[in-house]
Amino acid sequence: MSQLTEIKDHWSEQRLFVRRIFVCGFLVLGLTGLVVTRLVQLQLVNFEYYSAQSQGNRIRVQPLPPTRGLIFDRNGKILAENLPTYQLELTPEQVPNVDDTLRRLAEARLIDAENLPRLSDLILSHRRFDSIPLRQRLSDEEVARFAVQRPYFPGVEIRARLTRNYPYGPVAAHALGYVGGISTADKQILDPAAYAGTSHIGKVSIERAYEAQLHGEVGYENVLVNAHGRNIQVLDGESSAPGRDLLLTLDIEVQIAAERALAGRRGAVVGIVPQTGEILVFASAPSFDPNTFSVGLTPSEFQVMQEDSNQPLFNRALSGQYPPGSTIKPILALAALEQDILDPDTRIICRGFYTLPGGSHRYRDWKAGGHGFVDLHDAIAESCDTYFYRLANNLGIDAISGSLRDFGLGSPTGIDMAGENRGLVPSRAWKREKFANSGDQMWFPGETVITGIGQGFLLATPLQLAHAVATIATRGERYQPLMVRGLRNPVTGETEFRHSRLLAPVEVTDATNWQLIIDSMTSVMQGPSGTAQASGKGAAYSIAGKTGTSQVFTLSQDQEYDDEEIDETKHDHALFIGFAPVEDTTIALAVVVENGGSGSAVAAPIARQVLDTFLGNRPL
Amino acid sequence: MILAYGLEASVRHGPAGRILQRLHLDGMLLAGILATLLVGAVVLYSAAGQDQSVMYGQGLRVLVAMGVMVAIAQVSPTVVRRIAPWVYGIGIIMLTMVLIAGEVGKGAQRWLDIGVRFQPSELMKLAVPAVLACLLHERPLPPSPWLILAMLAMIMAPVAMIGLQPDLGTAILIGLTGATVIFLAGISARYIFSALAIVMASMPVLWYSMLDYQKQRVLTLVNPYSDPLGAGYHIIQSKIAIGSGGIFGKGWLNGSQGQLEFLPERSTDFIFAVAGEEFGLLGAMAILLLYLAVVARGFYIAAAAQDTFSRLLAGSISLTFFFYVFVNSAMVTGLVPVVGIPLPLVSAGGTSMVTLLAGFGILMSIQTHRKLLPR
Repeated sequence: MSQLTEIKDHWSEQRLFVRRIFVCGFLVLGLTGLVVTRLVQLQLVNFEYYSAQSQGNRIRVQPLPPTRGLIFDRNGKILAENLPTYQLELTPEQVPNVDDTLRRLAEARLIDAENLPRLSDLILSHRRFDSIPLRQRLSDEEVARFAVQRPYFPGVEIRARLTRNYPYGPVAAHALGYVGGISTADKQILDPAAYAGTSHIGKVSIERAYEAQLHGEVGYENVLVNAHGRNIQVLDGESSAPGRDLLLTLDIEVQIAAERALAGRRGAVVGIVPQTGEILVFASAPSFDPNTFSVGLTPSEFQVMQEDSNQPLFNRALSGQYPPGSTIKPILALAALEQDILDPDTRIICRGFYTLPGGSHRYRDWKAGGHGFVDLHDAIAESCDTYFYRLANNLGIDAISGSLRDFGLGSPTGIDMAGENRGLVPSRAWKREKFANSGDQMWFPGETVITGIGQGFLLATPLQLAHAVATIATRGERYQPLMVRGLRNPVTGETEFRHSRLLAPVEVTDATNWQLIIDSMTSVMQGPSGTAQASGKGAAYSIAGKTGTSQVFTLSQDQEYDDEEIDETKHDHALFIGFAPVEDTTIALAVVVENGGSGSAVAAPIARQVLDTFLGNRPL
Repeated sequence: MILAYGLEASVRHGPAGRILQRLHLDGMLLAGILATLLVGAVVLYSAAGQDQSVMYGQGLRVLVAMGVMVAIAQVSPTVVRRIAPWVYGIGIIMLTMVLIAGEVGKGAQRWLDIGVRFQPSELMKLAVPAVLACLLHERPLPPSPWLILAMLAMIMAPVAMIGLQPDLGTAILIGLTGATVIFLAGISARYIFSALAIVMASMPVLWYSMLDYQKQRVLTLVNPYSDPLGAGYHIIQSKIAIGSGGIFGKGWLNGSQGQLEFLPERSTDFIFAVAGEEFGLLGAMAILLLYLAVVARGFYIAAAAQDTFSRLLAGSISLTFFFYVFVNSAMVTGLVPVVGIPLPLVSAGGTSMVTLLAGFGILMSIQTHRKLLPR
């Protein structure tokens, strides 16, 4: 064996090894000596000190959870508050048999049997002397019912605790978000010491994005306990500091109007103050009642919400991505004017379709038979597709994506909420990267043509569309959308105001180009053949707008769109963007109704209701 | 050692000794293990708040682990040596699978579901020293620099994979286990000191690459009161428990720190503090002495082993066992930062009981399969 390579000297190897074992022995003795020395130090030298600590230990550190900050709308109306409610709590060390107690509580209909496994896990993950909430918001009747049976439930008590309450219920739920029990995923990102004693945490939207500010600072108190661990007396400690109150830019009255207008549909309305970027309206429908989350949903309730095909938990305003359709026409018109490839006064003939030079494929206009002779003004007012097919082909995809990007499409707006989607502005580079197959990587002229009416790969969120139309209203000035305009310290009353960040503006060489676009958008609402003139009629203020109707799926060449025959989820999306008044604008907004049908018939009237509420005009 | 040998001789030649020899069990080691388990059960009964179910659970684990130990003791060291590389290879494959498809247990991927839930990192605790010892077996000692580099690579592969799970504590322990084999193989003091120097020099780098919570653990060691609700709480309560025990302790089931649950994780990682509180300085030292006896017997078996593989493996298993004891007792007394390492043979729960006793099974196999050479 050993003569394979070198000679092994067994005798010297054994001696070497034994020497090493002795070294290890000394190491072991040395390290043990270290621990023994430490034990002597703790148990002999400092015995008096630790003994006193242990006697006084009977002093237990108890966390004092902070009060969560309140949320107000821009007019000081309260949107989220903390109400004292009765909740059922259990202290494991005082309960003889936890599982049996839980089972009997379920029999007494004080907790939901479905929640039993979750509650057992919750109890196991806490210290035995912690008081663990089993159920929030007991009704008076339930409190009375428990009071009668109290002697049968040692270790279970009813306590008054603060619970998050949203007085407007489902209104603005997608803007505010909700709070829920701290999950395992939450635990991994938060400081357990700061959340000692806190049972709920912000889950989405504002409640999540401003969790750090809303939560406040935990305090603690040293409590004297007797030999059985019962609290005898509070000695000292540090009180908790409440979280900051949030002052939102939202106007709850306008929000209510928007949600009422959206009722029964899937869609979103986002309204912005163009000169500041402040969000006035942030509605996503359908909504949900955030109060049910702070109380605690049963797994089946949560499942119902998750599986609802209308997706009430999906924040469409922030994360919904839709083909913007004709709403991008004003932006492309501006780009063409700036590039000097378009004379606004030249009239071209629209026969109801467009073919690429040398091509045979017919890109159809929404209006069969066409619009006849149209100039730029008419093309926007009547939303002539043929005009914009041609315009897009002349501009080319590079200029198109560039101008859409200038208006903030294709990238997150940077609103102070988590979970924003970026939409999609296609380009040659994007297509090359996106597709694996080299045949698909090329950019085709036909794709440019349909991008001209906001179809194809193009996607935008309602928030991005509102931001883009606000940019038209300010003639190029861009502000990062802002939800929270102030953080107020509830103790001192000091408010730290926040201002929207100025973004790179859309620069033009000729300022009259803005005027051309805005005039034509005014004709959409108030011109004789404007697509939304029905929604602009009778308003006491001027409105500029643009409708959009975007296809969800593609019809073949000879097929006619007939919404009777098509599945509801394949109906067109209805869109509208606009601002009012046209001069000295106070609000810019975007409306998207999923599968709603046409922008002029469905989205524009919703916008009008919101504008009437905000600008104080009763509908006629 | 002379004393140990004398005792061994008397045990070996009695009737009980013959039965033990036939079962391939080492009486002295078995006595040490059983004594530690017994004392551990007494402490655990108090630490678990006299909870019967904890005791049943622990008893069951001990029985299973004992079965594994006895089974492994029957396998001759030659067979262990032959299968070591295979076990190591399988372990590496399983670690890869855990990284790719492992079930997430307690926030980290450590488990592999193959009928029973199984932690491949536990297997590696024995496979790493075994494969290194096997590598050194036929080569002259001390090993050449190239061989040392190869061994370091064989250690780092599983260590890196376990560190990625992430299970930093186990990764470091396995790294240490591998290092003990290299040390016992007799590499020259020059290498050892330069390795130490590199470790020292990389300390600042390590500090900057640590996560905030890891830094916090080190900082709370210096001043536990900086974070009385979080990491500092464990150390404060543990020191109070031990210190208030004094020389003789507060008596069994009478430690207020433990019984009133001031002490967190008192039946698992912090069980040594319960012993210190209830049995005092004398009790704590007696427990340390029991561990020393087990380690000393392990060292004796290593020194008396007849081939390189057996010597290195036995030495490494014994030394690693001591590291567990040291790290846990040093952590509980506030000498080193809080890392989740249980007190071997005493703490409740954990899959480590099986691994520990499997290691002792190998020690017994090495001791009882010796050929009778003329002395």
